[in-house]
Amino acid sequence: MHIVNFTPWSALVGGALIGLAAALLALCLGRVAGISGIAGRLFERGTPDRSWRVAFLLGLCAAPWLLAALGFAFEHPSSTSPGLLLGAGVLVGLGTRLANGCTSGHGVCGLARLSGRSLIAVLSFMSAGFVTVWLLRHVVGA
Amino acid sequence: MKRWMEYAIAALCGLIFGLGLIVAGMTNPAKVQGFLDLAGDWDPSLAFVMAGAIAVAILPFQSLRRRTQSLCGTPLHLPGQTKAGKTRLIIGSLLFGTGWGIAGFCPGPALVGLASAWLPALLFCAGMFAGFALSGRNTPAATSDDA
Repeated sequence: MHIVNFTPWSALVGGALIGLAAALLALCLGRVAGISGIAGRLFERGTPDRSWRVAFLLGLCAAPWLLAALGFAFEHPSSTSPGLLLGAGVLVGLGTRLANGCTSGHGVCGLARLSGRSLIAVLSFMSAGFVTVWLLRHVVGA
Repeated sequence: MKRWMEYAIAALCGLIFGLGLIVAGMTNPAKVQGFLDLAGDWDPSLAFVMAGAIAVAILPFQSLRRRTQSLCGTPLHLPGQTKAGKTRLIIGSLLFGTGWGIAGFCPGPALVGLASAWLPALLFCAGMFAGFALSGRNTPAATSDDA
């Protein structure tokens, strides 16, 4: 194993911002900053509180525009084929709603709450992610 | 608390969250997949993102244990002892992790990419919202909530 592209400082600073946002939302509004839950429940019947979800998501979506206005445009490559992107999206949408959380809800908020269920979720999705990338890059793509 | 203040706080939190994702490099699927590629050239950054986020969030979340409402006086909507089955939790997380590995997107970065009208994120989000809708049909207990 070689370590490449490691950016510890920007990772820590970016992570700290994510933690700050999660802490503020929980302290001020009593809400968990779990993106799959905030977005997914927008479209479910019987969700009584859509407004703060819309506000949060608008703020989230404003982030790249704010950075672009300040002159920081970012472009990334994606080598995944359109069909796989769609399929992966379905898996992520379905999976995160079944599990009631994703990297933010379970990975950040849940672990910060010391939730055993979130630890199980994180270990499960990390393992699946490791195995999937290993299969795609070193078995199928080898 | 005034309604508009609640929405302003939510929007600010969303903005900070999005900036954090971008600064951390998590909106780059290749970087996420670089973390998940243990057998190849490994990029440990994602672990540092989670560590940084948890380090900042852990004390505030723990302080909420002793409270019955938020600092603004709104009720706490934090998960309690969820009774929902572990099977659903694990199967859901495994499905999520598989899609995460294939595309290198999780929901937050995908939405940031969608907002930038970036085609791969657009396609991924179309699938993700279809997945959200699919889950709704199979989950009568949609009110039990972990996150």
